[in-house]
Amino acid sequence: MTGQVTAGTADGTLDEIFGRIAPEARNLMAIAQAAQQRLGHLSDATIEGIAARLHVPPVDVRDMVSFYAFLNLSPKGRFHIRLSRSPVSLIKGAQAVADAFAAAIGVAMGETSADGHFTLDWTSDIGMADQEPAALINGTVVTRLEPADAAPIVAALRQRDGANSLPLFPGGDAAGAALPKAVVASGLELRGPVLLGAAAADGQGLRAALDLAPEEVIREVTRSRLRGRGGAGFPTGMKWKLCRQAPGAAHHLLCNADEGEPGTFKDRLLLAEFPDLVFEGMTIAGYAIGATEGLIYLRGEYAYLWDRLQDALEDRRRRGLLGRSVCGREGFDFDIRIHLGAGAYVCGEESALIESLEGRRGTPRDRPPFPTERGHRSEPTAVDNVETFACVTRVLGLGADWFARHGTPESTGTKLLCVSGDCPRPGVYEVPFGITVNEVLDMVGAPEAGFVQMGGPSGQCVAPKDYGRRIAFEDLATGGSVIVFGPGRDVLDVARQFADFFAHESCGWCTPCRVGTTLLRQGMERLLAGQASVGELRQLEEVAVTVARTSRCGLGQTAPNPILSTMRNFPEAYEALLRPGDFVPRLDLEAAIAPAAAIRAEARS
Amino acid sequence: MTDTFTFTIDGVQVEAEPGQTVIEACDAAGVYIPRLCHHPELPPVGQCRLCTCKIDGRMLGACVTPAARGMVVESDTEALNEDRRRLVEMYFVEGNHFCPTCEKSGDCELQALGYRLGMVGPQLSHLWPKREIDARHPDIYIDHNRCILCSRCIRASKLLDGKSVFGFEGRGIEMRLAVMAETLDETALAAADRAVSVCPVGCIVVKRRGYHVPYGKRHFDETPIGADIEARRKG
Repeated sequence: MTGQVTAGTADGTLDEIFGRIAPEARNLMAIAQAAQQRLGHLSDATIEGIAARLHVPPVDVRDMVSFYAFLNLSPKGRFHIRLSRSPVSLIKGAQAVADAFAAAIGVAMGETSADGHFTLDWTSDIGMADQEPAALINGTVVTRLEPADAAPIVAALRQRDGANSLPLFPGGDAAGAALPKAVVASGLELRGPVLLGAAAADGQGLRAALDLAPEEVIREVTRSRLRGRGGAGFPTGMKWKLCRQAPGAAHHLLCNADEGEPGTFKDRLLLAEFPDLVFEGMTIAGYAIGATEGLIYLRGEYAYLWDRLQDALEDRRRRGLLGRSVCGREGFDFDIRIHLGAGAYVCGEESALIESLEGRRGTPRDRPPFPTERGHRSEPTAVDNVETFACVTRVLGLGADWFARHGTPESTGTKLLCVSGDCPRPGVYEVPFGITVNEVLDMVGAPEAGFVQMGGPSGQCVAPKDYGRRIAFEDLATGGSVIVFGPGRDVLDVARQFADFFAHESCGWCTPCRVGTTLLRQGMERLLAGQASVGELRQLEEVAVTVARTSRCGLGQTAPNPILSTMRNFPEAYEALLRPGDFVPRLDLEAAIAPAAAIRAEARS
Repeated sequence: MTDTFTFTIDGVQVEAEPGQTVIEACDAAGVYIPRLCHHPELPPVGQCRLCTCKIDGRMLGACVTPAARGMVVESDTEALNEDRRRLVEMYFVEGNHFCPTCEKSGDCELQALGYRLGMVGPQLSHLWPKREIDARHPDIYIDHNRCILCSRCIRASKLLDGKSVFGFEGRGIEMRLAVMAETLDETALAAADRAVSVCPVGCIVVKRRGYHVPYGKRHFDETPIGADIEARRKG
């Protein structure tokens, strides 16, 4: 390959990498990412070289590497263009953009150009739903693409020589800045009273926390009734208490920044524009649970934030807010590190995140034991969402009572909603919990919405009759994703796309999710093709129920939601597509014998 | 044991020791819970989900859930058996399983569970994947068409044989059993390995032995799967 990035031999490169990164199996992800950045892909020889240096069987390295969408086992183009595919990106014209890129490069989707310069692929939602169509080009994000952008971008990339290529891991930020459309807008639309609009002095929350004993900090967080912002809503104070009390040589703090739920991009905003709010909350949490280090698991799609986040961390170290004796507090040492993911939605599940962090495939663990008891390195671990940490900073800085005055009694505080889809003002809105869907739709300029996907694919599809419902843990819960669909959109086609998403993101470990998500995708395809009878629809529902009941983790348990919630809320849409009768054969007899009929007809003439 | 305790499964009282999982305690007490990936000599992995039970109101895998004092477990219910039947069916449509021509027929745990759970024939759409057969090893062949990704061979090879011949590759529906070398004969795998004997289906098969016992006289032809465990039941 002419365009292949080669920095010496695989062996020399590995020696250099292992000089920087400790040869421990738990560092496998960082090692694989570094090797791919230098060598372009992870060949059998590279895998064997890594395995030998780590003293593990090569099959274990291959196991891990083959799991992640962003790690390549075969050669790819120097520039890997990944277009975000989601219902939102397709509404905004991603297909035409994909066609334009395919034409500009001269390949079909999924292919690598013969000169080795380009690979063109689809990828799952990249966290840019407010500025679709968007794409990743190696580590660089390009947004608001139009078909006319494809040719200039491809031309600009062609002119870069090997040494100046965009590195995939991490931080293509500076290298990509000269590309057309390489701009990520902040997306901030509305500052609410708690997180983004409150006028709190920097460091106020941390200093207030350090004036208290760790147990008192946990008591304050408990008193605020703060619940986890990732979507599940587990009480944060309780989680910290369990973690602090669990015996272990060390206690670990993890920040879940694997923001993979399609339609969610609030953590992107927080990390890009308000990193101190997040870092301060992590430092408070570290003090509370007794951790000396906080680890941020940053989704691979957000690699472009790497340099910015490192700068912000360095700045905090200089100001004494991280490092030894934080804020001059003797005996409290705390620092923050960033770990980069590699394209796997399931790693947002906290136990899969821990597995991934330890250098293995992102397979969720069985619980119990919960991470608070046995998590990272089998020691007590608290995993919290990016937004939760931002809330913690406010709880300590401005008071638990003040915090709890916002929102509803069961869902205190505010929520960052990520609004996208058919609305004139997509973006991040900070609203108090308890706001109705109607109020949100009015706010974003989409009062006539046909349906709303609340909480992403794993959430539920809300019909207009339910627009009076409230966004809160006790009613309509969401990790932030609010996707608006206009009156003309096909609710079942959206459900089919979400079924496809889950089939693609299933980790494969357990049978109901591995096989079931594919069966659900096929079932929706058959239904939309007008090939399903009432019997088949019943079967689709049965499979959906079994997948939800028996899957091992939240991914599988929620994967049938797009189908089950549309069956519940839009039964007429399903009925309209059904073929009469109980049974429609899967074999299309006419089509199956067509070739034979054609041959016979040819013979006769 | 001084600190044993009891819990109930389907109303039957079961005695357990600290550290036992639900399935281990039930096996010892003679209460059978269907399973495929679980093997008594290997650490549990919770992959097949056939042993899913309602445990104190939550759906949990019995092989990975520690037994606890006073637990209330539901296993042999219509709803759970319905789920299990569907999971077994999922295996049949995920791979290419042709019982009448398979050497393992009658000794196959997947087939035996289909019978025990009352599966009539797959109603779900077959996926008809294209999978490999590797017969280059002198004593063993591997037919990936019949692999159910239970990871028994992976665990046994690593933990019982000390060889690490197998692993997983890929994710989701593309996940496959990976062999450490290009072909099976380049690995250290031997016919006597536990990795071979723990295979619950006809995926990893020892050559020239397939028909030593004729069809109709094999293990599950004589007794249904789980009968050995149920024979331990007292009273």
